[in-house]
Amino acid sequence: MVLSLVPRQGVSRVREIVTPLVAFVVALVIAALVLLAMGKSLKTAADVYVVEPLTTAWSLQEVILKATPLTLIAIGLIFAVRANRWNIGAEGQYVVGGMFGGWVAIAAHGMEGVWILPAMLIAGMAGGLVYGLIPAALRNRFGISEILSSLMLVYVAELALDYLVRGPWRDRTAFNFPKSVNFDAAATLGPLWEGGKLHGGVLLALLAVLGAVVLLGRSRFGFAVSATGEAPRAANFAGFNDHRLTLAVFAISGALAGLAGIIEVSANMGQLQPSISQGYGFTAIIVAFLGRLNPVGALVSALVLAILLIGSETAQIMLKLPFDMTRAFMGLLLLCILAGEALTRYKVRWNA
Amino acid sequence: MIELLPLILATVITAATPLVIAALGEHVVERSGVLNLGVEGMMIMGASLGFAGAVVLDNSYLGLAIGALAGMVMAGIFALFALGLATNQVATGLAITIFGLGLAGLIGQPFVGQPRPPIPALVFGLDPIVCLSFVLMVGTAWLLNRTRAGLILRGVGESHGSAHALGLPVLKVRLLAVLFGGLCAGLAGAYLSLIYTRFWSPGMTAGRGWIALALVVFAAGSVWRLVAGAYLFGAILIAQLHAQAGAIGIPSQFLSMLPYLMTIVALVVLSMAGRRGAGAAGSLGQPFVPDR
Repeated sequence: MVLSLVPRQGVSRVREIVTPLVAFVVALVIAALVLLAMGKSLKTAADVYVVEPLTTAWSLQEVILKATPLTLIAIGLIFAVRANRWNIGAEGQYVVGGMFGGWVAIAAHGMEGVWILPAMLIAGMAGGLVYGLIPAALRNRFGISEILSSLMLVYVAELALDYLVRGPWRDRTAFNFPKSVNFDAAATLGPLWEGGKLHGGVLLALLAVLGAVVLLGRSRFGFAVSATGEAPRAANFAGFNDHRLTLAVFAISGALAGLAGIIEVSANMGQLQPSISQGYGFTAIIVAFLGRLNPVGALVSALVLAILLIGSETAQIMLKLPFDMTRAFMGLLLLCILAGEALTRYKVRWNA
Repeated sequence: MIELLPLILATVITAATPLVIAALGEHVVERSGVLNLGVEGMMIMGASLGFAGAVVLDNSYLGLAIGALAGMVMAGIFALFALGLATNQVATGLAITIFGLGLAGLIGQPFVGQPRPPIPALVFGLDPIVCLSFVLMVGTAWLLNRTRAGLILRGVGESHGSAHALGLPVLKVRLLAVLFGGLCAGLAGAYLSLIYTRFWSPGMTAGRGWIALALVVFAAGSVWRLVAGAYLFGAILIAQLHAQAGAIGIPSQFLSMLPYLMTIVALVVLSMAGRRGAGAAGSLGQPFVPDR
């Protein structure tokens, strides 16, 4: 081989933190070169992607709002990936969460009561949880790869929502528009303060980060998760039940994805539509890896990718760049992160 | 009905061919012990670049070749990371899929809604790529089960440590397998846009790459089970389209769910038949770093 890998003796703390930063910068440089090749102005791009989202109070709040579902889903995925379980169907669990929670809002249409909103959030979480348990149960019972089943279920969830919104749940007064009724005020997650945009979901996301820090770092369960991921045989001998752990990590990631779904539907859309996600479930995978499977790291990466997502919305107008540009960048970013991880573990020798 | 049979058969075969080709490629990859989850990304790059190439060069055959090469280049990127840098194969494959979906959309943007140059049909309405897929089936089965090269490839997949100790070039064998898988996925994608649908639209692979991956699991090590599974899927795809057109009272969304649900059902049936995890290569998905 032209290139060979030599394991490093120990990995310094500094390198661990610097690696994702370098990966991000490398991905940015490549993207900048591509933009130049496409004949776009780099100054405009920098304005659109970085300066604008960060300089007005309005857009800063937008960034935090976008980071909320990403953080919630990524926190759940961290549990799964740390246990070496691959839940790549978070997108589907998100959709089912929005669907279940939205169903409560539709059923309670015209009613008053402080119970409606909590019931919606709980229903959303329950929906995501149950939907997340399907691939876990299929893996436990039939040995089916959770990667494939969870992904297949994304398509199923999207089609089911599409059916409901165009069929039984369609708002009959909305002139054939495929959408549900507009949610009442009692079913809407309102702003935290008068005139602001941030809602209670932001606090729930922070709570999830805190919970994950405690659970992963300080509890027996967190230890079982990491042990199962890193040394499954040893974890088995230590008495950790492999099947139960699979169910647990899928339940957590499904519930958090479902919560993210209903928060988005209630706070930002105020109705159910045929499509309620912009690929948050997939973007969250990149968030989790960019944050090095660390809850606080995920929070920071969610904010970074949220800036990018806000920028990409403006870029569609200002630079005529389709959303595909952002998606390609995310794939590139994940590749750079993985290369960075490899380079912290190995030295690369050429021509050995 | 009887006189319609050849026609129905031909449509089923056309629908199944991209699955057959992509799954055969991934089958070889997984036999060598590598799990490349980037099939969807390689496939859509083949669909997009193949279509773009065909329109620009005004030749659909050249388009098919370009699509296959595009898939191979994506596979090369996967190999650089997963084999060269020993990165996690699941995560690398996902990255290739996300990257491919985005890049294919960018490249295909100017070609949405354009017609493609014509391709002459052969006997019974079967096109050259269908014939090629037949050759590919026999060739793959023969190569894997009847030749020394196939034995080496399977040995590398079964236990990379032992293969390395025997002096077999583990990473080189895997590189070739991965590149072959990319070539197949790219060709399957180009077939989809140039022959099956005859137009390019973003996201047109619609999970077919993932279904191909499921077919490899379903194959449990046998090329012929893989092929049978792929044609069964082709039949489901066609039946679902006819049911939608025939308005039999079932909402179209439920019919569209069928291929995805059937994938899961097929894997459950496989497991109930007592073949849980059977036939997967021993070293599947594990990175290999030779210690000289």
